[in-house]
Amino acid sequence: MSGNRERTGNRQQGTGNGDSTDGWVAGARPATATSGIVENPFFEYLLRLADDRLVLGHRLSEWCGHAPILEEDIALANIALDLIGQASLLLKLAGEVEGKGRTEDALAYFRDAIEFRNVQLVELPNGDFAATIVRQFLFDAWDVLVLERLTATSNQALAGIAAKAFKEAKYHVRHTAEWVRMLGDGTAESHARTQRALDDLWPYTTELFLGDAIDAEAVASGSGVDVESIRPRWRQMVEQVLGEATLTVPKDGFAPRGGRTGRHTEHLGRMLADMQSLARAHPGAAW
Amino acid sequence: MVTVTDSRREEILAWLDEVKDPEVPVLSIRELGVLRDVEVSSDDVVVVMTPTYSGCPAMHAMEVDVVATLARHGVPNVRVKTVYAPAWTTDWISDEAKAKLAAYGIAPPARVEADELVPLRRRAPVACPYCHSVNTIVRSEFGSTACKAILFCNGCHQPFELFKAI
Repeated sequence: MSGNRERTGNRQQGTGNGDSTDGWVAGARPATATSGIVENPFFEYLLRLADDRLVLGHRLSEWCGHAPILEEDIALANIALDLIGQASLLLKLAGEVEGKGRTEDALAYFRDAIEFRNVQLVELPNGDFAATIVRQFLFDAWDVLVLERLTATSNQALAGIAAKAFKEAKYHVRHTAEWVRMLGDGTAESHARTQRALDDLWPYTTELFLGDAIDAEAVASGSGVDVESIRPRWRQMVEQVLGEATLTVPKDGFAPRGGRTGRHTEHLGRMLADMQSLARAHPGAAW
Repeated sequence: MVTVTDSRREEILAWLDEVKDPEVPVLSIRELGVLRDVEVSSDDVVVVMTPTYSGCPAMHAMEVDVVATLARHGVPNVRVKTVYAPAWTTDWISDEAKAKLAAYGIAPPARVEADELVPLRRRAPVACPYCHSVNTIVRSEFGSTACKAILFCNGCHQPFELFKAI
Protein backbone atom coordinates (compact mmCIF):
# COMPACT_ATOMS: atom_id res chain seq x y z
CA MET A 1 0.00 0.00 0.00
CA SER A 2 1.48 3.32 -1.03
CA GLY A 3 2.00 6.22 1.31
CA ASN A 4 -0.22 8.36 -0.90
CA ARG A 5 -3.18 6.12 -0.48
CA GLU A 6 -2.59 6.09 3.24
CA ARG A 7 -2.65 9.86 3.41
CA THR A 8 -5.74 10.01 1.24
CA GLY A 9 -7.40 7.69 3.67
CA ASN A 10 -6.50 9.96 6.55
CA ARG A 11 -7.96 12.99 4.83
CA GLN A 12 -11.17 11.11 4.39
CA GLN A 13 -11.40 10.43 8.08
CA GLY A 14 -14.62 11.83 9.42
CA THR A 15 -16.36 11.55 6.08
CA GLY A 16 -17.89 8.29 7.11
CA ASN A 17 -15.39 5.68 5.91
CA GLY A 18 -14.93 4.49 9.48
CA ASP A 19 -11.13 4.75 9.56
CA SER A 20 -10.60 6.08 13.06
CA THR A 21 -7.21 4.55 13.72
CA ASP A 22 -5.17 6.46 11.16
CA GLY A 23 -2.66 7.80 13.67
CA TRP A 24 -1.01 4.60 14.63
CA VAL A 25 -1.88 2.58 11.54
CA ALA A 26 0.02 5.06 9.40
CA GLY A 27 2.92 4.93 11.85
CA ALA A 28 3.03 1.14 11.62
CA ARG A 29 3.49 1.07 7.87
CA PRO A 30 7.29 1.02 7.86
CA ALA A 31 7.35 -2.13 10.02
CA THR A 32 5.56 -3.98 7.27
CA ALA A 33 7.70 -2.41 4.59
CA THR A 34 11.02 -3.22 6.24
CA SER A 35 10.58 -6.54 7.90
CA GLY A 36 7.62 -8.22 6.28
CA ILE A 37 4.39 -9.00 8.08
CA VAL A 38 4.66 -8.52 11.81
CA GLU A 39 3.66 -11.95 13.05
CA ASN A 40 4.14 -11.39 16.71
CA PRO A 41 3.69 -7.80 17.90
CA PHE A 42 4.68 -8.52 21.51
CA PHE A 43 7.95 -10.07 20.33
CA GLU A 44 8.60 -6.87 18.37
CA TYR A 45 7.72 -4.80 21.41
CA LEU A 46 10.19 -6.69 23.60
CA LEU A 47 12.91 -6.31 20.95
CA ARG A 48 12.47 -2.53 21.09
CA LEU A 49 12.90 -2.51 24.86
CA ALA A 50 15.85 -4.87 24.67
CA ASP A 51 17.70 -3.33 21.72
CA ASP A 52 17.77 0.20 23.21
CA ARG A 53 19.61 -1.31 26.16
CA LEU A 54 21.87 -3.64 24.23
CA VAL A 55 23.06 -0.98 21.79
CA LEU A 56 23.46 1.77 24.38
CA GLY A 57 25.17 -0.66 26.75
CA HIS A 58 27.65 -1.58 24.05
CA ARG A 59 28.31 2.07 23.20
CA LEU A 60 29.03 2.78 26.87
CA SER A 61 31.32 -0.22 27.08
CA GLU A 62 33.48 1.40 24.39
CA TRP A 63 34.50 3.93 27.05
CA CYS A 64 36.03 1.21 29.22
CA GLY A 65 39.66 2.23 29.75
CA HIS A 66 39.17 5.59 28.00
CA ALA A 67 37.03 7.73 30.32
CA PRO A 68 38.52 11.02 31.54
CA ILE A 69 38.83 9.89 35.16
CA LEU A 70 38.98 6.48 36.80
CA GLU A 71 35.74 6.86 38.76
CA GLU A 72 33.86 7.70 35.60
CA ASP A 73 35.44 4.83 33.73
CA ILE A 74 34.02 2.55 36.42
CA ALA A 75 30.66 4.33 36.37
CA LEU A 76 30.18 4.03 32.62
CA ALA A 77 31.18 0.37 32.71
CA ASN A 78 28.71 -0.23 35.56
CA ILE A 79 25.86 1.42 33.69
CA ALA A 80 26.80 -0.56 30.59
CA LEU A 81 26.66 -3.74 32.66
CA ASP A 82 23.20 -2.91 33.98
CA LEU A 83 21.90 -2.12 30.50
CA ILE A 84 23.36 -5.24 28.93
CA GLY A 85 22.04 -7.33 31.82
CA GLN A 86 18.57 -5.88 31.29
CA ALA A 87 18.87 -6.52 27.54
CA SER A 88 19.83 -10.11 28.23
CA LEU A 89 16.73 -10.70 30.39
CA LEU A 90 14.46 -8.99 27.84
CA LEU A 91 15.93 -10.87 24.88
CA LYS A 92 15.54 -14.15 26.72
CA LEU A 93 11.88 -13.33 27.29
CA ALA A 94 11.54 -12.22 23.65
CA GLY A 95 12.96 -15.53 22.49
CA GLU A 96 10.40 -17.40 24.60
CA VAL A 97 7.57 -15.22 23.28
CA GLU A 98 8.73 -15.80 19.71
CA GLY A 99 8.77 -19.54 20.31
CA LYS A 100 11.33 -20.39 17.64
CA GLY A 101 14.07 -21.48 19.97
CA ARG A 102 16.20 -18.36 19.69
CA THR A 103 18.19 -17.63 22.84
CA GLU A 104 19.22 -14.18 24.06
CA ASP A 105 22.64 -14.74 22.51
CA ALA A 106 21.14 -15.70 19.13
CA LEU A 107 19.07 -12.53 19.18
CA ALA A 108 21.97 -10.32 20.24
CA TYR A 109 24.67 -11.69 17.97
CA PHE A 110 22.94 -13.15 14.94
CA ARG A 111 20.58 -10.42 13.85
CA ASP A 112 21.70 -7.79 11.32
CA ALA A 113 21.22 -4.03 11.67
CA ILE A 114 17.90 -4.02 9.80
CA GLU A 115 16.49 -6.43 12.38
CA PHE A 116 17.40 -4.19 15.32
CA ARG A 117 14.59 -2.14 16.86
CA ASN A 118 16.44 0.45 18.94
CA VAL A 119 15.97 4.20 18.54
CA GLN A 120 18.68 5.93 16.53
CA LEU A 121 19.73 8.03 19.53
CA VAL A 122 21.47 5.11 21.21
CA GLU A 123 23.43 3.91 18.18
CA LEU A 124 25.18 7.22 17.47
CA PRO A 125 28.94 7.24 18.04
CA ASN A 126 29.97 8.30 21.53
CA GLY A 127 31.51 11.62 20.55
CA ASP A 128 33.28 13.38 23.40
CA PHE A 129 32.51 12.80 27.08
CA ALA A 130 29.90 15.59 27.07
CA ALA A 131 28.03 13.97 24.17
CA THR A 132 28.06 10.58 25.89
CA ILE A 133 26.74 12.09 29.13
CA VAL A 134 24.06 14.19 27.43
CA ARG A 135 22.82 11.22 25.40
CA GLN A 136 22.79 9.06 28.52
CA PHE A 137 20.88 11.65 30.53
CA LEU A 138 18.26 12.17 27.80
CA PHE A 139 17.81 8.39 27.59
CA ASP A 140 17.87 7.76 31.35
CA ALA A 141 15.19 10.40 32.01
CA TRP A 142 12.96 8.62 29.46
CA ASP A 143 13.91 5.16 30.65
CA VAL A 144 13.04 5.75 34.30
CA LEU A 145 9.52 6.83 33.26
CA VAL A 146 9.05 3.89 30.89
CA LEU A 147 10.24 1.34 33.43
CA GLU A 148 8.13 2.79 36.22
CA ARG A 149 5.02 2.18 34.11
CA LEU A 150 6.21 -1.24 32.93
CA THR A 151 6.40 -2.45 36.53
CA ALA A 152 2.59 -2.32 36.52
CA THR A 153 2.05 -4.26 33.27
CA SER A 154 -0.12 -7.35 33.21
CA ASN A 155 2.71 -9.49 31.86
CA GLN A 156 4.33 -10.82 35.03
CA ALA A 157 7.66 -11.70 33.45
CA LEU A 158 8.04 -8.24 31.92
CA ALA A 159 6.87 -6.53 35.10
CA GLY A 160 9.49 -8.43 37.11
CA ILE A 161 12.33 -7.43 34.77
CA ALA A 162 11.08 -3.84 34.76
CA ALA A 163 10.90 -3.66 38.56
CA LYS A 164 14.56 -4.60 38.80
CA ALA A 165 15.63 -2.33 35.93
CA PHE A 166 13.62 0.56 37.39
CA LYS A 167 15.78 0.55 40.53
CA GLU A 168 18.87 0.70 38.33
CA ALA A 169 17.50 3.44 36.06
CA LYS A 170 16.91 5.64 39.09
CA TYR A 171 20.56 5.78 40.03
CA HIS A 172 21.58 6.04 36.38
CA VAL A 173 19.58 9.23 35.92
CA ARG A 174 20.79 10.59 39.25
CA HIS A 175 24.37 10.12 38.09
CA THR A 176 23.98 11.53 34.59
CA ALA A 177 21.90 14.49 35.81
CA GLU A 178 24.72 15.34 38.21
CA TRP A 179 27.23 15.28 35.34
CA VAL A 180 25.04 17.42 33.10
CA ARG A 181 24.97 20.02 35.89
CA MET A 182 28.73 19.85 36.41
CA LEU A 183 29.57 20.09 32.73
CA GLY A 184 26.96 22.69 31.82
CA ASP A 185 27.66 24.87 34.83
CA GLY A 186 31.40 24.20 34.68
CA THR A 187 34.05 25.92 32.56
CA ALA A 188 33.44 27.83 29.33
CA GLU A 189 34.88 24.84 27.47
CA SER A 190 32.69 22.23 29.20
CA HIS A 191 29.61 24.44 28.83
CA ALA A 192 30.19 24.93 25.11
CA ARG A 193 30.80 21.25 24.47
CA THR A 194 27.75 20.20 26.46
CA GLN A 195 25.49 22.71 24.72
CA ARG A 196 26.82 21.56 21.33
CA ALA A 197 26.14 17.91 22.27
CA LEU A 198 22.64 18.83 23.41
CA ASP A 199 21.92 20.69 20.16
CA ASP A 200 23.20 17.75 18.09
CA LEU A 201 21.33 15.05 20.02
CA TRP A 202 18.05 16.81 20.78
CA PRO A 203 16.41 15.98 17.40
CA TYR A 204 16.91 12.27 18.06
CA THR A 205 14.84 12.38 21.26
CA THR A 206 11.57 12.76 19.33
CA GLU A 207 11.73 9.13 18.28
CA LEU A 208 11.57 8.05 21.93
CA PHE A 209 7.98 9.27 22.07
CA LEU A 210 6.63 7.99 18.76
CA GLY A 211 4.11 5.22 19.27
CA ASP A 212 2.88 3.01 16.45
CA ALA A 213 0.69 -0.06 16.04
CA ILE A 214 3.14 -2.26 17.95
CA ASP A 215 3.03 0.07 20.95
CA ALA A 216 -0.73 0.48 20.66
CA GLU A 217 -1.24 -3.25 20.75
CA ALA A 218 1.04 -3.65 23.76
CA VAL A 219 -0.79 -0.84 25.55
CA ALA A 220 -4.20 -2.26 24.65
CA SER A 221 -3.25 -5.68 26.04
CA GLY A 222 -2.00 -4.11 29.27
CA SER A 223 1.64 -5.01 28.69
CA GLY A 224 3.09 -1.81 27.26
CA VAL A 225 3.64 1.88 27.86
CA ASP A 226 1.98 4.75 26.02
CA VAL A 227 5.23 6.59 25.25
CA GLU A 228 3.47 9.73 24.05
CA SER A 229 1.88 10.16 27.48
CA ILE A 230 5.20 10.35 29.30
CA ARG A 231 6.60 13.18 27.18
CA PRO A 232 5.40 16.07 29.39
CA ARG A 233 6.95 14.51 32.51
CA TRP A 234 10.19 13.84 30.63
CA ARG A 235 10.28 17.37 29.34
CA GLN A 236 9.75 18.76 32.84
CA MET A 237 12.54 16.66 34.29
CA VAL A 238 14.98 17.43 31.48
CA GLU A 239 14.23 21.16 31.53
CA GLN A 240 14.78 21.29 35.27
CA VAL A 241 18.25 19.77 35.02
CA LEU A 242 19.22 21.72 31.90
CA GLY A 243 18.14 24.91 33.66
CA GLU A 244 20.32 24.12 36.67
CA ALA A 245 23.12 23.35 34.24
CA THR A 246 22.71 26.81 32.60
CA LEU A 247 22.07 25.08 29.28
CA THR A 248 19.54 26.18 26.68
CA VAL A 249 16.78 23.75 25.71
CA PRO A 250 16.98 23.37 21.91
CA LYS A 251 13.97 24.03 19.74
CA ASP A 252 12.08 21.09 18.29
CA GLY A 253 12.42 20.74 14.54
CA PHE A 254 13.71 18.11 12.15
CA ALA A 255 13.48 14.75 13.89
CA PRO A 256 15.12 11.61 12.51
CA ARG A 257 13.11 8.42 13.01
CA GLY A 258 12.91 4.84 11.80
CA GLY A 259 14.98 2.87 14.28
CA ARG A 260 11.91 1.14 15.73
CA THR A 261 11.23 -0.40 12.33
CA GLY A 262 14.80 -1.27 11.41
CA ARG A 263 15.88 1.88 9.59
CA HIS A 264 19.14 2.92 11.17
CA THR A 265 22.01 5.32 10.69
CA GLU A 266 25.14 3.91 9.09
CA HIS A 267 26.71 3.79 12.54
CA LEU A 268 24.75 0.80 13.83
CA GLY A 269 26.12 -1.63 11.24
CA ARG A 270 29.69 -0.69 12.11
CA MET A 271 29.00 -1.04 15.80
CA LEU A 272 27.42 -4.47 15.31
CA ALA A 273 30.34 -5.59 13.15
CA ASP A 274 32.50 -5.04 16.20
CA MET A 275 30.03 -6.31 18.81
CA GLN A 276 29.09 -9.48 16.92
CA SER A 277 32.46 -10.42 15.44
CA LEU A 278 33.53 -12.84 18.17
CA ALA A 279 30.22 -14.70 18.32
CA ARG A 280 30.13 -14.98 14.53
CA ALA A 281 33.74 -16.08 14.21
CA HIS A 282 33.19 -18.80 16.81
CA PRO A 283 29.50 -19.81 16.67
CA GLY A 284 28.40 -21.66 19.77
CA ALA A 285 31.49 -20.70 21.77
CA ALA A 286 30.88 -20.69 25.52
CA TRP A 287 32.81 -19.49 28.58
CA MET B 1 5.59 -36.14 56.39
CA VAL B 2 5.54 -32.36 56.57
CA THR B 3 8.00 -32.32 59.43
CA VAL B 4 10.48 -34.51 57.57
CA THR B 5 10.47 -32.18 54.54
CA ASP B 6 10.66 -29.10 56.75
CA SER B 7 13.62 -30.36 58.71
CA ARG B 8 15.35 -31.36 55.46
CA ARG B 9 14.71 -27.88 54.15
CA GLU B 10 16.17 -26.30 57.29
CA GLU B 11 19.21 -28.54 57.00
CA ILE B 12 19.79 -27.48 53.39
CA LEU B 13 19.30 -23.82 54.20
CA ALA B 14 21.92 -24.15 56.95
CA TRP B 15 24.41 -25.70 54.48
CA LEU B 16 23.73 -22.92 52.02
CA ASP B 17 24.94 -20.46 54.64
CA GLU B 18 28.39 -21.64 53.55
CA VAL B 19 27.89 -20.02 50.13
CA LYS B 20 29.23 -16.48 50.26
CA ASP B 21 28.88 -13.59 47.86
CA PRO B 22 32.24 -13.83 46.02
CA GLU B 23 32.50 -10.03 45.93
CA VAL B 24 31.42 -9.43 49.55
CA PRO B 25 32.74 -12.57 51.24
CA VAL B 26 31.48 -11.65 54.73
CA LEU B 27 27.88 -12.19 53.66
CA SER B 28 26.26 -15.47 52.76
CA ILE B 29 23.75 -15.57 49.95
CA ARG B 30 21.13 -16.12 52.61
CA GLU B 31 22.10 -12.97 54.53
CA LEU B 32 22.29 -11.03 51.29
CA GLY B 33 18.75 -12.02 50.40
CA VAL B 34 19.77 -13.59 47.09
CA LEU B 35 18.69 -17.01 48.37
CA ARG B 36 14.89 -16.85 48.37
CA ASP B 37 13.74 -20.37 49.11
CA VAL B 38 14.49 -24.06 48.94
CA GLU B 39 11.89 -26.46 47.60
CA VAL B 40 12.43 -30.05 48.65
CA SER B 41 10.67 -32.92 46.92
CA SER B 42 11.35 -36.63 46.74
CA ASP B 43 13.03 -36.18 43.32
CA ASP B 44 15.14 -33.11 43.64
CA VAL B 45 16.00 -29.92 45.48
CA VAL B 46 15.19 -26.59 43.86
CA VAL B 47 17.12 -23.59 45.13
CA VAL B 48 15.29 -20.36 44.36
CA MET B 49 17.52 -17.34 43.87
CA THR B 50 17.10 -13.74 42.72
CA PRO B 51 19.86 -11.54 41.26
CA THR B 52 20.92 -8.36 43.02
CA TYR B 53 21.37 -6.46 39.75
CA SER B 54 20.26 -7.28 36.20
CA GLY B 55 23.83 -7.70 35.05
CA CYS B 56 25.40 -9.03 38.25
CA PRO B 57 28.35 -11.14 37.07
CA ALA B 58 28.57 -12.87 40.45
CA MET B 59 25.24 -14.65 40.00
CA HIS B 60 26.74 -17.41 37.91
CA ALA B 61 29.51 -18.02 40.45
CA MET B 62 26.95 -18.18 43.26
CA GLU B 63 24.81 -20.69 41.35
CA VAL B 64 27.81 -22.92 40.72
CA ASP B 65 28.74 -22.62 44.41
CA VAL B 66 25.23 -23.62 45.51
CA VAL B 67 25.33 -26.83 43.48
CA ALA B 68 28.90 -27.66 44.55
CA THR B 69 28.21 -26.97 48.24
CA LEU B 70 25.14 -29.18 48.34
CA ALA B 71 26.97 -31.89 46.41
CA ARG B 72 29.65 -31.81 49.16
CA HIS B 73 26.89 -32.50 51.69
CA GLY B 74 25.64 -35.40 49.59
CA VAL B 75 22.63 -33.69 48.03
CA PRO B 76 22.22 -34.77 44.41
CA ASN B 77 19.80 -33.39 41.82
CA VAL B 78 20.03 -29.74 42.75
CA ARG B 79 18.47 -27.24 40.40
CA VAL B 80 18.73 -23.46 40.63
CA LYS B 81 15.64 -21.49 39.72
CA THR B 82 16.04 -17.76 39.12
CA VAL B 83 13.14 -15.45 39.93
CA TYR B 84 12.97 -11.68 39.28
CA ALA B 85 9.93 -10.69 41.30
CA PRO B 86 9.81 -9.38 43.89
CA ALA B 87 12.90 -7.42 42.92
CA TRP B 88 15.83 -7.73 45.28
CA THR B 89 16.19 -4.93 47.79
CA THR B 90 18.91 -4.12 50.31
CA ASP B 91 16.12 -3.94 52.91
CA TRP B 92 16.32 -7.76 52.98
CA ILE B 93 19.79 -7.56 54.53
CA SER B 94 19.36 -8.05 58.27
CA ASP B 95 20.75 -5.66 60.89
CA GLU B 96 23.15 -8.39 61.97
CA ALA B 97 24.45 -8.74 58.41
CA LYS B 98 24.71 -4.96 58.09
CA ALA B 99 26.92 -4.94 61.19
CA LYS B 100 29.18 -7.51 59.47
CA LEU B 101 29.45 -5.25 56.43
CA ALA B 102 30.45 -2.27 58.58
CA ALA B 103 33.06 -4.35 60.42
CA TYR B 104 34.45 -5.40 57.02
CA GLY B 105 34.86 -1.72 56.05
CA ILE B 106 31.82 -1.32 53.82
CA ALA B 107 29.23 1.24 54.95
CA PRO B 108 25.93 -0.68 55.10
CA PRO B 109 22.92 0.45 53.09
CA ALA B 110 20.38 2.75 54.71
CA ARG B 111 16.71 1.82 54.50
CA VAL B 112 15.41 2.34 50.99
CA GLU B 113 13.64 5.68 51.01
CA ALA B 114 10.00 5.96 50.04
CA ASP B 115 10.04 5.66 46.30
CA GLU B 116 10.73 9.01 44.83
CA LEU B 117 10.31 8.55 41.09
CA VAL B 118 13.26 10.62 40.05
CA PRO B 119 15.81 11.11 42.79
CA LEU B 120 17.90 13.66 40.94
CA ARG B 121 20.09 14.26 43.99
CA ARG B 122 21.43 12.11 46.81
CA ARG B 123 20.33 13.33 50.22
CA ALA B 124 21.08 11.32 53.36
CA PRO B 125 24.65 11.62 54.73
CA VAL B 126 26.65 8.41 55.04
CA ALA B 127 28.73 7.58 58.11
CA CYS B 128 32.31 6.44 57.63
CA PRO B 129 32.64 2.75 58.66
CA TYR B 130 36.06 3.47 60.20
CA CYS B 131 35.65 6.67 62.27
CA HIS B 132 31.85 7.12 62.06
CA SER B 133 32.17 10.72 60.91
CA VAL B 134 29.33 11.87 58.68
CA ASN B 135 31.63 14.41 57.07
CA THR B 136 31.87 12.25 53.96
CA ILE B 137 31.51 12.87 50.24
CA VAL B 138 30.50 10.67 47.33
CA ARG B 139 33.48 10.18 45.03
CA SER B 140 31.56 7.99 42.63
CA GLU B 141 28.07 6.54 42.57
CA PHE B 142 29.72 3.43 41.16
CA GLY B 143 32.37 1.21 42.63
CA SER B 144 34.23 -2.04 42.15
CA THR B 145 30.92 -3.89 41.88
CA ALA B 146 27.42 -2.88 40.83
CA CYS B 147 26.22 -2.84 44.43
CA LYS B 148 28.74 -0.33 45.79
CA ALA B 149 29.56 3.38 45.61
CA ILE B 150 32.92 4.99 46.42
CA LEU B 151 32.98 7.59 49.19
CA PHE B 152 35.68 9.55 50.96
CA CYS B 153 35.79 10.44 54.65
CA ASN B 154 37.00 13.96 55.41
CA GLY B 155 37.27 12.94 59.10
CA CYS B 156 39.90 10.20 58.79
CA HIS B 157 40.95 10.87 55.18
CA GLN B 158 40.08 7.38 54.16
CA PRO B 159 38.26 6.24 51.05
CA PHE B 160 35.56 3.64 51.69
CA GLU B 161 32.80 1.79 49.93
CA LEU B 162 29.07 2.13 50.50
CA PHE B 163 26.64 -0.70 49.86
CA LYS B 164 24.01 1.20 47.88
CA ALA B 165 20.42 1.12 49.09
CA ILE B 166 18.17 -0.03 46.28
